[in-house]
Amino acid sequence: MTPEVTLRQLRPGQRAVVKKVGTGGELGRRMREMGLLPGTEIQVIGRAPLRDPVEIKLRGYNLTLRNNEADFITVEIGEAL
Amino acid sequence: MSHQYTIALAGNPNAGKTSVFNALTGARQHVGNYPGVTVEYKEGLTQHQGQSVQVVDLPGTYSLTAYSPEELVARNYLIGRRPDVVVDVVDASNLERNLYLAVQLMELGVPLVICLNMVDVAKTRGLKIDADKLSRLFGVPVVSTVARQNQGMSELLAAAVELAESEPEWHPLNISYGSDVDQGVDEVADILQGAQERHGLLSARWLAVKCLEGDQEVIERVRETPELAEKLLPVCERVAGHIKSTMDDDPDSIIADYRYGYITGITRQVVTSEREVRMDLSDKLDQVLTHRLLGPLLLFAVLYGIYNFVFWASEVPVVVLENFFGWLGGAVEGALPPGVLRSLIVSGIIGGVGGVLGFAPLIAFMFFAIAIMEDSGYMARVAYIMDRVLRIFGLHGNSVMALMVGGGLSGGCAVPGVMATRTLKDPKARLATILTVPFMNCGAKLPVYSLLIAAFFAHRQAEMLFLLTLISWGLGLGAAKLLRVTLLRGEQAPFVMELPPYRAPTMKGLVIHTWERTWQYAKKAGTMILGVSVLMWAAMSFPGLPQEQDAAWQKRIDAASTASARLELKSGRAQDELAGTVAGRAGRALTAITAPLGFDWRANVALVGGFAAKEVIVSTLGVAYSLGEVDPEHSQSLSQRLAAEPAWNSLKAFALIIFVMVYAPCLATVVMIRKETGTWRWALFSVAYNTLIAYLLALAVFQGGRALGLG
Ligand SMILES: Nc1nc2c(ncn2[C@@H]2O[C@H](COP(=O)(O)OP(=O)(O)OP(=O)(O)O)[C@@H](O)[C@H]2O)c(=O)[nH]1
Ligand SMILES: [Mg+2]
Repeated sequence: MTPEVTLRQLRPGQRAVVKKVGTGGELGRRMREMGLLPGTEIQVIGRAPLRDPVEIKLRGYNLTLRNNEADFITVEIGEAL
Repeated sequence: MSHQYTIALAGNPNAGKTSVFNALTGARQHVGNYPGVTVEYKEGLTQHQGQSVQVVDLPGTYSLTAYSPEELVARNYLIGRRPDVVVDVVDASNLERNLYLAVQLMELGVPLVICLNMVDVAKTRGLKIDADKLSRLFGVPVVSTVARQNQGMSELLAAAVELAESEPEWHPLNISYGSDVDQGVDEVADILQGAQERHGLLSARWLAVKCLEGDQEVIERVRETPELAEKLLPVCERVAGHIKSTMDDDPDSIIADYRYGYITGITRQVVTSEREVRMDLSDKLDQVLTHRLLGPLLLFAVLYGIYNFVFWASEVPVVVLENFFGWLGGAVEGALPPGVLRSLIVSGIIGGVGGVLGFAPLIAFMFFAIAIMEDSGYMARVAYIMDRVLRIFGLHGNSVMALMVGGGLSGGCAVPGVMATRTLKDPKARLATILTVPFMNCGAKLPVYSLLIAAFFAHRQAEMLFLLTLISWGLGLGAAKLLRVTLLRGEQAPFVMELPPYRAPTMKGLVIHTWERTWQYAKKAGTMILGVSVLMWAAMSFPGLPQEQDAAWQKRIDAASTASARLELKSGRAQDELAGTVAGRAGRALTAITAPLGFDWRANVALVGGFAAKEVIVSTLGVAYSLGEVDPEHSQSLSQRLAAEPAWNSLKAFALIIFVMVYAPCLATVVMIRKETGTWRWALFSVAYNTLIAYLLALAVFQGGRALGLG
């Protein structure tokens, strides 16, 4: 059984699949147009020096979002790097 | 200019639109501005087989919703101006996300050519893309290019012109969003069909999809026809509600899901990945450049390096320009008879415009450095590193560059600083940043500081300057926070931002970026600044001394026995003259207000003059303290004079320093704020806000210090 966690809880290097984007409005739209949708594979590349924001890789490019935005994204952890 | 066809370049930010534009047009361009928003577009001309073709570089967007000004501008351009062909510049190394815009362009129905750019990057990542297949699946021409090496440009142009020659109709692509949404779309589209003529050539289905997506702009337009709105909006609401209850999601997110589904269906057939790259070079660089400890250190080193580079590189050209304007002033002085006209040209026009243009090299180098940071991809990392700190004050990671340019390291200029806020997408954070930039210690404030520090804090020069840098950051960030909890209160806009891969900048790109921005700065000198410096000159020259007083001074000067006595008398006359002018009178009138700060009329005149440009403060103080013209670079004697003046002390000097640091931004900055915010309201607000804060702070310093027995 793979546990479901939010994107904030992932460690650098970890891969996961997006299960749910639990927000609408501007933030939700922004995430969607950047391709962050259920089913998308992501990998955490790293975190900024103050541990926020987080940098992830998806669909072959890199995206950054703040931790409080990452909270809306539920993921299923895949294999670690 | 007449041209046969218009080609609009659309695409994601960083996909290479500007590179394609420059490759096609040879960068012979015209920079325009979309009305109302500070989003620029460029138009250029090119030739194809004897036909002249206009190319338009649209702002980069990820989507065609009405979410950001760029998106709105791009969409309104496409709908309103209907270019003959739209070329969607697509980053081949990042195909899925880039095609999200392409699909929306096809849904809108524009005649489309896909420019599959950056195929070189895709190749190094082991991606093989079948352009022919992509073209067949989408039913649009696809041309592979490497824009930065001019590869594929003539093919691209040929494909675009060929499409334009066929005088294509708009063919909206219909993709399925699942049966529930499709049904809803049909229902809404049926209602719109009846009112079709109102929407020109937009398809009813497209409008229906937009209504269900909750697109504010389209809904607003529907509202303009009350009968339609009455019928339509309740249906939209019902359909959306139905979808939400059955699918447990908003229509717009379901629609996005299906769009991406459609795209992955196609990319799966078109892209083959030869190897899986998990961490590429760019990611490895990020491990270092955004490292917990190394990241901030390197960032500081880079900013410090830029600061030093800019001042080092611009030193000679600035001196050359200054000398040139000095020489020009001297030449005119020699050629014209003494009088009002000569004074106007020399002091008003050459002095004022020269003062602004003299800074142009410094500004050009600063922009060059910024262009390197932008084009290399490092700028996005600066925002990434700084965001957590700046967010506390309601600013954004991207604010840091504007603040640095504005004088965050002391030395800099608020004019390009305000311009540099363009990288900020969040309107409130951007406005807060614009209003914070003038708090920084720009290069023009430094001569004032050095004058007063030399006079009253001579034993602590370096410490004082460092302290002033800290104070300006503290005050700036505090002022930003104050705005963000009052006038600019509100949720922070999403941060979600692409971190583009690191790339070596091209010289051509750097030069174009630098030139565009520097030109905007220089252009101002010829218009606004010219007018204002003439006005300031007039205020400080008129009315002159009454005839008999002037004659009396002249008689005493003529009668003086030694050269030094003559000089002394001449300064006396200059002081007398200044006191009588409009500016001098204003200075006297202001003493009622500024007395609690410890400022006398002379300081007031200097501060009034400093509104034109802060450099003027030192030279005006020089005149007011009867030293004649004082060169800001060599204010040695003026500082001795002030130190000896019984009315002055270190407390008063410190209050004046703080006041100069914070009070009204100079005119050039005010004009720039007007330009960047689009209204005079914020420009005038910034004058009032800064002056009020400056007044209160100087009051606190002076009165507080006195209460403590200082000074
Ligand atoms: N390797 C490679 N780099 C490219 C290519 N085309 C553009 N670039 C680089 O990609 C970066 C972005 O290019 P721009 O032309 O500024 O992109 P843009 O779409 O105008 O970006 P925005 O104006 O920010 O929307 C620049 O550093 C270019 O030199 C290409 O075909 N191959
Ligand atoms: Mg561009």
